[in-house]
Amino acid sequence: MERIREKLQILADAAKYDVSCSSSGSKRKNTNKGIGDASESGICHTYTEDGRCVSLLKILLTNHCIYDCAFCVSRKSNDVKRAAFTVEEVVELTMNFYRRNFIEGLFLSSGIFKNADYTMERLLKIVKKLRTEERYNGYIHLKTIPGASEELINEAGLYVDRMSINLEMPTEEGLKKVAPEKSHEDVKRPLGIIQNKIAQFKEEKKLIKHVPQFVPAGQSTQMVIGATPENDMQIMHTAAAYYKNFSLKRVYYSGYIPIRNDEVLPVVKAPLMRENRLYQTDWLLRFYNFEVGEILNTEHPHLDMDIDPKLTWALRNLHYFPVDINTADFKIILRVPGIGRQSAMKIIQARKFGTLRTEQLRKMGISYNRAQYFIVCADTPLQLGSFQQHQIKSRILATSKSKYEAAFSPQLTLF
Amino acid sequence: MIYVFDGSFEGLLSAVFDCFERRHTVSRLLEEHYFQGSLFEAPHIVHTSSQKSDRVWKGIAKKMDKDWQRKLYCAFLSEQADMYDTLFKLIHSLFCSEAIFQENYGDALILDTAQTAKKVEREKHRMKAFTRFEKSGDGLFFCAVAPDFNVLPLIIRFFRNRYADQPWLIYDQKRKYGIHYDTHSVQRVEIVPESLSDTRLSTPLILDEKEALYATLWKDYFKSTNIEARNNPKLHVQHVPKRYWRFLTEKQ
Repeated sequence: MERIREKLQILADAAKYDVSCSSSGSKRKNTNKGIGDASESGICHTYTEDGRCVSLLKILLTNHCIYDCAFCVSRKSNDVKRAAFTVEEVVELTMNFYRRNFIEGLFLSSGIFKNADYTMERLLKIVKKLRTEERYNGYIHLKTIPGASEELINEAGLYVDRMSINLEMPTEEGLKKVAPEKSHEDVKRPLGIIQNKIAQFKEEKKLIKHVPQFVPAGQSTQMVIGATPENDMQIMHTAAAYYKNFSLKRVYYSGYIPIRNDEVLPVVKAPLMRENRLYQTDWLLRFYNFEVGEILNTEHPHLDMDIDPKLTWALRNLHYFPVDINTADFKIILRVPGIGRQSAMKIIQARKFGTLRTEQLRKMGISYNRAQYFIVCADTPLQLGSFQQHQIKSRILATSKSKYEAAFSPQLTLF
Repeated sequence: MIYVFDGSFEGLLSAVFDCFERRHTVSRLLEEHYFQGSLFEAPHIVHTSSQKSDRVWKGIAKKMDKDWQRKLYCAFLSEQADMYDTLFKLIHSLFCSEAIFQENYGDALILDTAQTAKKVEREKHRMKAFTRFEKSGDGLFFCAVAPDFNVLPLIIRFFRNRYADQPWLIYDQKRKYGIHYDTHSVQRVEIVPESLSDTRLSTPLILDEKEALYATLWKDYFKSTNIEARNNPKLHVQHVPKRYWRFLTEKQ
């Protein structure tokens, strides 16, 4: 009993730097009166004290690894306790946690021992056992092992809901610096294999009714931010390219946390704020029809830290505004700072019943403080002249309070 | 005229039926539990009958889509006295006009109903997430909850589909009833072992011998997966409000 506790502690600790904990996007049904039924929206069963959601049992099969990547806790040269689960142990843990409604499913990754195929075979054994012997229909997120053979990857795809493989660093040069044995090409190959297979199954689905599911929740990847000197533009252009070329569901950004001093890596804490701004940009690309070049380009390679990227874009493009809430297209309303997707849809719905006034907009839950400079509605007073970029920015900043405020000021605190 | 009903959904729909049948002008719908007699108005005690309520529900189904039918039911489950009255007025006004229902969020009754329904759905989602089963010696997975609203009826299907091969019991401490699944069908149960009805299931039925092990492993996991360099207690409490902690294995 003590041994299994120790193993879980070691292997959960080593797996936690993988950010993805999403359990959404799969429609796998409990068909055979077995156990489990994926919830399409995903469920967060609890949240750790750092405020991150826990929906999957996130563990490594082992933290033994033949590689020595400078950013990774499990690197060969790092002096940490090593452990490895057996196939049965992982299956038993998953089933017992799932039956007690602790988790939505399993997130399984592994350090690479012996070689890629040997590791991948073990992972495949676990997911196969869960699906066939335990009749388990919950969520499974499996990490693809770089360099594993196409057959193994394809077979695993039949049992899991999501597969992912990490880019690790936003650019090839960055990656070479911290992990000389790895390359982005190793990541592109499996991503491409699975992407093609997903597309192929989709085509078959049109002709045949019962096609087995193949990675129904799609693929994702992750980049470490702040360990190597890439700027926001390089990061987001990489992300946008992968979204486009490999139809990824998500790209995760993980602020680098120095785990132990290393000559190659700077010993500074990656700002959580930068992570936040990158995610905001990511959302703008995926849900707000922005092109990455509109937000980050050679003229503006960095994201503003004091205001969000949507507001930044609006301030640079004041000629698009003000937008008339009562007549403008959905796509145009989406671009107004302070109005999200939900509010934009409510606006479109509500204006069928009469022209909208400021008060109604506030009640719908838009952030009026920001939006007011970019919209007109039925009762907007006529204003002579217009504000300049910096005037709007300072007015908005003066009336809002950011949780990151302390980080904006270069002034050191005395006490 | 004041209408008094028994607090059931059928009762509320029957009230709408009575109001049209008797051509009353109703000032307020009250649950009998809140009714204390009135000085100026004669009360009408609504007789709940499934005949009446079925007819009203069919009428609603003709005018509202499935989404909104669910919203009415969810808002009802909020158990708020004012909400009963709002729902009564909303359904009444629905039948007063020829037109089918329009989702006009400018209307206070509609906005109020939608917002309350949203709150109930949120609580429902929390119960899907925060239910923590313990396994008893004879293989029953059981758990107590105390949701803000009466959401057990909304989670039956979810748990039945997910845990199809294991018997389970979820007990609502506040409302003193539970739902029990015996691997065939789900039943409402009123009488449960005493230990379920007071605090957390600390000394309940005889536990499965491995129960303590998995509770410990889960607590260990909860600790190990946290990144201390990122600690953010405010966000933690925002996501997992303290009133649920006593039911969560990892917070014991």
